[in-house]
Amino acid sequence: MSQRAIVTESRFARGLLIGSALAFLGFFLLLPLVAVFSEALKQGVGTFWDAVKEPDALASIRLTLLIAAISVPLNVVFGIAASWAITKYSFRGKSLLITLIDLPFSVSPVVSGLIFVLLFGAHGWLGPWLSAHDVKIIFAVPGIILATVFITFPFVARELIPLMMEQGKDDEEAAVSLGANGWQTFWHVTLPNIRWGLLYGVLLCNARAMGEFGAVSVVSGHIRGLTNTMPLHVEILYNEYDFVGAFAVASLLAVLALVTLVAKSVLEWRFDYHHGGAGH
Amino acid sequence: MNRPFSKRNRWRQPSVLPGFGLTFGFSLGWLTLIVLIPLATIFLKSAGMGWSDFIKVGFSERAVAAYRLSFGTAAAAGLVNAIFGLLVAWVLVRYSFPGKKIVNALVDLPFALPTAVAGIALTALYAPNGWIGQYLDPLGIKIAFTRIGIIIALVFIGLPFVVRSVEPVLADLGKDVEEAAATLGATRRQTFTRVIFPAIGPALLTGFALAFARGVGEYGSVIFISGNMPGKTEIAPLLIVTQLEQYAYDGATAIATVMMIASFAILLGINLVQAWSRGRAGA
Repeated sequence: MSQRAIVTESRFARGLLIGSALAFLGFFLLLPLVAVFSEALKQGVGTFWDAVKEPDALASIRLTLLIAAISVPLNVVFGIAASWAITKYSFRGKSLLITLIDLPFSVSPVVSGLIFVLLFGAHGWLGPWLSAHDVKIIFAVPGIILATVFITFPFVARELIPLMMEQGKDDEEAAVSLGANGWQTFWHVTLPNIRWGLLYGVLLCNARAMGEFGAVSVVSGHIRGLTNTMPLHVEILYNEYDFVGAFAVASLLAVLALVTLVAKSVLEWRFDYHHGGAGH
Repeated sequence: MNRPFSKRNRWRQPSVLPGFGLTFGFSLGWLTLIVLIPLATIFLKSAGMGWSDFIKVGFSERAVAAYRLSFGTAAAAGLVNAIFGLLVAWVLVRYSFPGKKIVNALVDLPFALPTAVAGIALTALYAPNGWIGQYLDPLGIKIAFTRIGIIIALVFIGLPFVVRSVEPVLADLGKDVEEAAATLGATRRQTFTRVIFPAIGPALLTGFALAFARGVGEYGSVIFISGNMPGKTEIAPLLIVTQLEQYAYDGATAIATVMMIASFAILLGINLVQAWSRGRAGA
């Protein structure tokens, strides 16, 4: 007994540490989550549904789904291509390339929106040309998609790179030496190996794509029913003191977050999939 | 060396796997289009402003107050997260208790919950008539619409960075070194400060740096709780948005440039400290 006691804490200390960690998490993480649902349902389920079924709210839900449906696949294609190039070959400048892929994580969301305004806005570099050709990017859906793709750029790649690095390239080389071509090797050898990591990256990418606020807020123009995503609609309702409406839409986003967390945990427990370090 | 393709070979080693040209070319092209060119515009626009104009709008009194607030609150929140993040990681790695898996999943909530949702939820809790605020307000303690409110929002946003950075290092740390320390007569406290803490120090610093960097640029969760008073509770990202809404593109660009350069410099500094401490530990 005393042999074990020296490398752990006393029962009392353990209880105290666990208690304070749980109190901290309960206070800082759980309570805000509870507050979202409780405020949304404050005036009953009927009022909640009315707020969700309101036309501008429905339009924001549709837009958010559209944005995610376009930006997530784009980042999946990029993530797979980039991690294939990075992990299956040796070339110079590889770590620079990885650093550049991670760059959007170190840029403020607001700045991520600003750069597209500077490029495509009415006073931006390409603004005069775009308006001459009647193309609208800023204060329109294409701008929101661009900002979302930028913000979520590293998600899939940074999930796949460590995974594929660890798996090496022996399987693929064997497939090629047995006569498989590149696509066959990818579909039948690489993809089955990376599917859980890919799914994990897609989950996180999707959560961020649907929930992004700062970058999208700068480029959207906040046109009700047209360029308002769900998070932007939450802000508008909140600023109009329609708290039930704001929390009703917010609670849908909170459900999305919970579904994401459950799916992510299932991947981690069932398939013993470990993700590398801190995600975003 | 004298073969005609030797130059190419020096850059990339030959491989039997096909697809390098396609995947590398596509990745680099897409990266350039979506990330590099847009980011470059901000520096090009700053460079085109002229030095004196840049200083005038980039370091106006209001802008400097916003930088101090953003960097100060992000550092304070990073410190809180370093302490409690370490505690949470320790408890998750070392002890077992009922509901541990759920607690572990909950830690990632700030990664999954949209920031605007976090923002209005925290405001509902800490506003003077909110769940918690109503008990603090009579005591004269104000949280929402003050710096403390901003710090609370940034603690929420940054916690998982510290926990997820420290956790794997703590899990890999073998019990044998602790046993060795204990057998040699170290108390539990000495073992922690002399053996465990130095081993997880770099990971803790990484977690702090990630939480700090995220906190400096954070917008959605902060603007609802901060009150947004110019010079007092106006964070730098909000000032960029305000400038944009007034069509002051130069101001927005200059502030964004200063913020980015400062963040990169701080992250570089932290990386250097880490490299130095790793070098010392390895030597």
